[in-house]
Amino acid sequence: MRTLTKMALSAAVLALAGPALADTADRRIALSNNYAGNSWRQAMLQSWETVTGQAVADGVVAEAPAFTTAENQATEQAAQIQNIILEGYDAIVLNAASPTALNGAVKEACDAGIVVVSFDGIVTEPCAYRIAVDFREMGRKQVEYLSGRLPEGGNLLEIRGLAGVFVDDEISAGIHAGVEQFPQFSIVGSVHGDWAQDVAQRAVAGVLPSLPDDIVGVVTQGGDGYGAAQAFAAAGREMPIIVMGNRQDELLWWKEQRDANGYETMSVSIAPGVSTLAFWVAQQVLDGQTVPQDLIVPFLEIQQDGLDAALETTPEGGVANEEYTLDDAKAVIAAAAN
Amino acid sequence: MRRLDARLLLPVLSLALLLAAVFWVQPRAMSYTGLNLLFNLAVPIALATIAQMLVIMVDDIDLSIGTFVSFCACVTATVLHDSPLLGVLVLGAAVAVYAALGALIEARKLPAIVVTLGMSFVWAGLAVLMLPAPGGATPDWLRTLMTVKPPLLPMAILACVLLAVVSHLLVTRSALGTRLRAVGGNARSVARAGWSVVRLKAVAYGLAGVFGVLSGMALVGLATSADANIALRYTLLSIAGVILGGGEFTGGRVSPVGAVIGALTLTLAASFLSFLRLSPDWQIGAQGAILVLVLAARLLVRRRAVA
Repeated sequence: MRTLTKMALSAAVLALAGPALADTADRRIALSNNYAGNSWRQAMLQSWETVTGQAVADGVVAEAPAFTTAENQATEQAAQIQNIILEGYDAIVLNAASPTALNGAVKEACDAGIVVVSFDGIVTEPCAYRIAVDFREMGRKQVEYLSGRLPEGGNLLEIRGLAGVFVDDEISAGIHAGVEQFPQFSIVGSVHGDWAQDVAQRAVAGVLPSLPDDIVGVVTQGGDGYGAAQAFAAAGREMPIIVMGNRQDELLWWKEQRDANGYETMSVSIAPGVSTLAFWVAQQVLDGQTVPQDLIVPFLEIQQDGLDAALETTPEGGVANEEYTLDDAKAVIAAAAN
Repeated sequence: MRRLDARLLLPVLSLALLLAAVFWVQPRAMSYTGLNLLFNLAVPIALATIAQMLVIMVDDIDLSIGTFVSFCACVTATVLHDSPLLGVLVLGAAVAVYAALGALIEARKLPAIVVTLGMSFVWAGLAVLMLPAPGGATPDWLRTLMTVKPPLLPMAILACVLLAVVSHLLVTRSALGTRLRAVGGNARSVARAGWSVVRLKAVAYGLAGVFGVLSGMALVGLATSADANIALRYTLLSIAGVILGGGEFTGGRVSPVGAVIGALTLTLAASFLSFLRLSPDWQIGAQGAILVLVLAARLLVRRRAVA
């Protein structure tokens, strides 16, 4: 089974349970999306369609169409948001092209009494709700997992993302915080894999000769685990524990290794289905629930025992996904409220 | 005067047709707030279109206007907000660079398309230097100006009418405008008449720079903060707007009123397609189809007029 890290406990869910759904039956929620050109975004839109289609059929909301701009530009998305305002929607779920350049349009929406929930690409306008990713925790968690597997510690190789991007700095900071927390580990090398398997493979292959022989773990940012594994295999090194990032090629390699020699690791990333979490949060706000302005996305973690199930549902070349339910949204809201 | 009217007929007609279609699909748009929401993002596009028109008027083309507007937006959201005086200086210097480029292009007989394409990377780089991560803030007076709710007509419409009138007076009615159009029509005869073409081109580019600065400021006023990539689309939108508005690439034949209408039409076309719930995969194509349709209609009208 895939485990969803729900930071809240079921007790918190129980405390919130019970509001009538019918209150939002005549409400309309629109998704404003800036880009649909990669597998993550395609999965995101697919999840939106599945979950909101069911919600509309169940009478939870009246309508929930998705709008994607023809080009990935903030000015286009601002115009799109203004069009959505004109069409009289009650809430806008937003994956923004820019954290700041849409603030004017978002403010217009808020002033018109529309609930704005941003996720993934969040906006800084204070009136909007934000479902953000705790990238630091994503980095720290990897070291925590390794400390469970390797209590005696050892040398780690860090694969970073694209230099200069905020996400890369955050995950890396989390990894370093994790190493401080578990001082039996030390990072002996760090390369940039640009979140791409081929780049990661080249970078790791290039740095391996200069590294000590006893590398026990590789901490990653997603989209780079498979490339790292290839580089280690090509160099004839002993395979370390490589933390994966939920990509299908990574999961497939992991399964092959497990079947061949019992290889064990874990995988963590953000599910594209987070769009559906944003949908339920918007629904909760429309339902009159008190929702904190800033929420945190739960990670989608895949453990050894959930590998087969995850691989089965992940399309080739895609990313493992998870669709969220109303209860998941309530748990996230409760966690942020505490 | 009559020729100007004929040139304007088609853009006005296309805008009216599109507006009627939008009102029919989305009656909510037929209100003060509705019109403002529909058109307020067209104001910076219209300003950029006038800037492009001034360059096209002297037989050149400006491929850097999108990144220039982005750069101006970044300056407005950072320097102009933090220390107004320095901000004005920086924006003034940017206009001076534009004017100098115009002079350089004419003096060295450089192809404008190459120079401005090169400059587009320079402006993009400077914009990133100004604002490495999206952010910044709008000066309060600018935010107030762009969100003002005047009686009778919404800000967006009022601003576009004002822009059309001012640029019409500047380009079609003033002596300077006549000389500038003459540069596009026949630069040699302008030179023979004793005017410095280099100086006139510098003026045309400098004016384009001024409208580019205004476009960036208007955009930040609406968006409340900036992003180094905020206006990349404006390069192509502005060229399309000029042509849609009855302008031509050569001969100094441009229409400021038409250019503003062209910018409004382009904005409206995008909204119309979105109201129709057209899939995004088709939207770019459909937007192009509208453009081709209007241009084809223009060709037909022109041919009939000649025959």
